[in-house]
Amino acid sequence: MAKYIEMIRIRFLMMLAYRTNYYSGILIYSINIGAYYFLWSAIYGDKGEIEGLSVIQMTTYIAVAWMARAFYFNNIDREIAQEIKEGKVAVEFIRPYHYLTMKTMQGLGEGIFRLGFFSVPGMIIVSLIFPINFSAALSTWLFFMVSIIFSFIVNTQINLLTGVMTFFFFNNDGLIRAKRVVIDLFSGLLLPISFYPVWAQSVMDFLPFKAISYIPSMIFTDGFSRNEVWDALLFQFVWALILIIPIQVLWIIAKRQLIVQGG
Amino acid sequence: MDQVIQVKDLRKDFKSHSSRPGLKGAFRDLFNRNYSIISAVKDISFEVKQGEMVGYIGENGAGKSTSIKMLTGILTPTDGTVTVNGMNPHKEREKFVSSIGVVFGQRSQLWWDIAVQESFKLLKKVYNVSDEDYEAHMTHVIDSLDIGPLLDKPVRKLSLGQRMRCELAAALLHNPPLLFLDEPTIGLDVLVKLKIRNFLKEINEKYKTTILLTTHDLTDIEALCERVIMLDEGQIIYDGKLANLRSNWGEGKQIEFQFAEEVTKDELSPLMKELDAEWTASERKNVWVANVVNEEHVISEVIGRVVAAHRITDVKIHEISTEEIIRNIYEEGVVDGKIY
Ligand SMILES: Nc1ncnc2c1ncn2[C@@H]1O[C@H](COP(=O)(O)OP(=O)(O)OP(=O)(O)O)[C@@H](O)[C@H]1O
Ligand SMILES: [Mg+2]
Repeated sequence: MAKYIEMIRIRFLMMLAYRTNYYSGILIYSINIGAYYFLWSAIYGDKGEIEGLSVIQMTTYIAVAWMARAFYFNNIDREIAQEIKEGKVAVEFIRPYHYLTMKTMQGLGEGIFRLGFFSVPGMIIVSLIFPINFSAALSTWLFFMVSIIFSFIVNTQINLLTGVMTFFFFNNDGLIRAKRVVIDLFSGLLLPISFYPVWAQSVMDFLPFKAISYIPSMIFTDGFSRNEVWDALLFQFVWALILIIPIQVLWIIAKRQLIVQGG
Repeated sequence: MDQVIQVKDLRKDFKSHSSRPGLKGAFRDLFNRNYSIISAVKDISFEVKQGEMVGYIGENGAGKSTSIKMLTGILTPTDGTVTVNGMNPHKEREKFVSSIGVVFGQRSQLWWDIAVQESFKLLKKVYNVSDEDYEAHMTHVIDSLDIGPLLDKPVRKLSLGQRMRCELAAALLHNPPLLFLDEPTIGLDVLVKLKIRNFLKEINEKYKTTILLTTHDLTDIEALCERVIMLDEGQIIYDGKLANLRSNWGEGKQIEFQFAEEVTKDELSPLMKELDAEWTASERKNVWVANVVNEEHVISEVIGRVVAAHRITDVKIHEISTEEIIRNIYEEGVVDGKIY
């Protein structure tokens, strides 16, 4: 276990080595939140609420969705693909650890770094500029925390899955890009799932994506009733379990037919 | 456990796709692709004992790296068995990889963006090395490889030679009984090479570390390995003492004469009468080389006759270098007329 925790520390150091990325990240996120704030204010006009969300809840939703994204988002699919293409996995295979667990830990290190140095200060700044409603209930905060941990797990699992696919397709840049678009659209980052047509919502019930952004953001904005919260957490938990299966299967097959390029 | 490496009928086939030329070809490739099977390693067998330093040599593409990848468990063999440190490299992965150290000269194992010592710290945790063991072993390693001043620099800022010394230290951090080195001296200057060689010799003596080394620099092999395994097109063509290779092939000597004035072959040839020797002209002016068998009386006789007949300014006696021997073998693909 110590080795996995050490990896989180190493990832912190790497993030610090590339501080400029971090500043540009803050800028991009602020622009996104600002743009969506003005867009939604225009759409709401003088309507009190749409699909059960008031305009303040909507702003909060957008802000928290982006801040949560800073925590769960990572590029480990891209990193895995690159390591496979450059033949660097060879080195990973001669280490006494589980490669995918190590990658997950790197993602976690990155996530914790951004949560502490980016999301929290970012959220404070955003709340000074835009009207945002923080829940007073301690339970909301606890549920939210559990929920974003699951967001991280599910999102990382999907990334691992896309990354490992490189073993089979070799060049899967297209797949990685498609995955990113799908997650931004179907996770509820840009638009709450409750705004989708009913048929689309029922399709979404059978896909893991809304576990990534929609659920934690709805919990944070108090958009769910207590029962709905429990259902939502169960939904996340079940997907976290289900996704283990295809990852393990693909990983075992990939190891067997691994071809290391070059050397 | 006397045999550290046991390899039997090891084979690796690669499926290699070839692309058809042109746009039309690319469309056809979409539906059915041409492929051919390349056998990179063809049914090789050998064993290595504990404490041996073995040179694993062969031309580019002979299959050296492919064999090492199978021995370290990175690639699955198509056929045959591998036992390393008493384990099958594919079973008991974590236990197995903790018992070996690997350096690939072509790719870095250190984390690119962080200081070398941070990489070491991580590896220490990964291999579960205790503080005392780390202190005792690594202080010495860092000293002998002279990498102390490099430890706080990020890997991407190191020169090739500096990085390679750090790589070697990283591979030895858990003090493995077996070390695989795939071209560890590629692109290094003489001094760094010397440092690395001395270091390898030292750990081999101190810990009886077994070392399997591939390199294209035969002076590495001469300095370190008593035994060589020579590979050609995936097959072992020689497995034995480096010294034997020399005595089978490098029988002769070359005596190089620098004459004071111009001489011709016609003038020189009569001097060799009844002797097992031959003249070749050198590229340099007035320099001729007599190729003779390695026998005392022939060598003295040739020198005696030449000196008596002509004025000379310099004489040198060369043995045939290992490099020439190996080159001859690579060219012919056989050793001493027979394929091993
Ligand atoms: N992934 C691969 N797919 C197809 N063929 C491969 C692959 N890897 C290696 N080969 C082929 O296998 C053969 C042996 O390659 P290998 O890398 O083992 O050579 P090597 O002895 O290490 O050569 P070098 O001295 O150049 O490093 C080569 O003919 C190479 O083209
Ligand atoms: Mg090679």
